[in-house]
Amino acid sequence: MSLGLMEKQLNNQQVADQEQALVKYENVKKQFGDNEVLKGLNLAIQPGEKVALIGPSGSGKTTIIRMLMTLEKPTSGVITIGGEPLWHKKVGEKLVPADEKHLRRLRTDIGMVFQHFNLFPHMTILRNVTEAPIHVLGLSKEEATERAVDMLNKVGLGDKLDAYPEQLSGGQKQRVAIARAVVMRPKVMLFDEVTSALDPELVGEVLQVIKDLAEETDMAMILVTHEMDFARDVADRVVFLHNGQIEEQGKPSEILENPKSERLQSFLSRFLA
Amino acid sequence: MDTYKEIIPLILPGLTITLKVLVASVALAISVAFVAGLARLSRFALVRKITAVYVELFRGTSLLVQLFWIFFALPAFGIQFSPFLASVVALGLNYGAYGSEVVRSAILAIPNGQTEASIALNMTRWQRMRLVILPQALRIMLPGFGNNAIELLKGTSLVSLITLTDLTYKGLIIQNNNLSYTFPVFVVLLLFYFIIALPLIFGVRKLEKNASRGVAKA
Ligand SMILES: Nc1ncnc2c1ncn2[C@@H]1O[C@H](COP(=O)(O)OP(=O)(O)OP(=O)(O)O)[C@@H](O)[C@H]1O
Ligand SMILES: [Mg+2]
Repeated sequence: MSLGLMEKQLNNQQVADQEQALVKYENVKKQFGDNEVLKGLNLAIQPGEKVALIGPSGSGKTTIIRMLMTLEKPTSGVITIGGEPLWHKKVGEKLVPADEKHLRRLRTDIGMVFQHFNLFPHMTILRNVTEAPIHVLGLSKEEATERAVDMLNKVGLGDKLDAYPEQLSGGQKQRVAIARAVVMRPKVMLFDEVTSALDPELVGEVLQVIKDLAEETDMAMILVTHEMDFARDVADRVVFLHNGQIEEQGKPSEILENPKSERLQSFLSRFLA
Repeated sequence: MDTYKEIIPLILPGLTITLKVLVASVALAISVAFVAGLARLSRFALVRKITAVYVELFRGTSLLVQLFWIFFALPAFGIQFSPFLASVVALGLNYGAYGSEVVRSAILAIPNGQTEASIALNMTRWQRMRLVILPQALRIMLPGFGNNAIELLKGTSLVSLITLTDLTYKGLIIQNNNLSYTFPVFVVLLLFYFIIALPLIFGVRKLEKNASRGVAKA
């Protein structure tokens, strides 16, 4: 192969990489005061890819997805979504801090489900799910209602449209929260330990909803979880974090059954009991 | 009994004035409270500082002095208010300052998760406030507003000092003209103020009971 051709292929490969990755963390660091939580994270997520983030408490899992949801600002480094820097705006060739307008445009592609649901307690279930489609996406009330009812039926809450969040169980609330995020049709959905605030008997129903969702949609997902069986079932890739760095990553079967690093081995051994 | 029959019709026009002052100043105070309460949470430091100065100024000085300033001193700067308008402005600004604290603390009481959820749904700043935060904060504010309205009602009696013929003013005139009416006049005044306050008092009780419904818990 001629050198020219090789170079060309390499370039093509780079272009393809850049075009392919939906989300990319490039040398992202995050510090809270003196506490360096992320020490130069590099991570790319392809469109439709389901990535499970696992790791001990304090390893930075939540911080990683909160930075993508624009709830936390990286100290340095670049996060891109769809090839565009999230926290920076290109002015000419220079990157300047993003303004609210820029953030709002890019946020269209990102959705999140929280550990503690964060439903709007003053709205009915239906309105929780139609509010953003109407006011943010500009859908008509009819369109938004149709989309919401459809989604609420899918998560098994079609009979709770007029109930208020306080009348629901934790598992039901979390399913509403999932519906509320999904109707916005983001390209990547973030889940932050969405079952860890639930009573054990309610965990299954929520995980099932996410599994179904993962199979049906081509949305990318980043799932922070302590449920290893769930990670195995849903994820295309498992990423193990330790102390703000990726220690090991790969296919769920490799990572969960043949962990290479000692840290991952000892982390996983805690879940065997 | 005949004394009361004589006094009440004489005092009644004052009741109308007191009610008018009350309604107009409560309306002004609530508007001011919202504007100042939101301004204190502005992301612009200058806006926050200016508002803080206003709030501390009006909370830190007496209503009577403010009333005199607005009615007697401002004309020196070419600003002349009628007694009614001066009363409404003074009461509105004074209780608006107290009310802004009610608005501010109610907004701060809404857990951050609500804001984060509305950011995740890509709402604008104003949508976050209008659709998510304020509707919940309002339930927390209402009892505070009710209590302020009761305080404001009591404050209205000061407007008699800038010649507005309210309940208190009418009462004092009758009492001045006939000192033997002193006791019945004050009985009637007391009753009238209490009767106006009564619906407010019951309203506040009811609102306090409902304040935590439909509001996110931290
Ligand atoms: N807002 C904050 N202010 C200060 N420190 C923070 C903040 N958020 C997170 N941290 C710190 O950053 C580190 C990583 O936190 P993070 O929540 O990302 O970890 P995690 O992997 O999600 O842990 P867990 O499994 O307990 O949820 C922790 O040491 C935490 O104390
Ligand atoms: Mg976490």
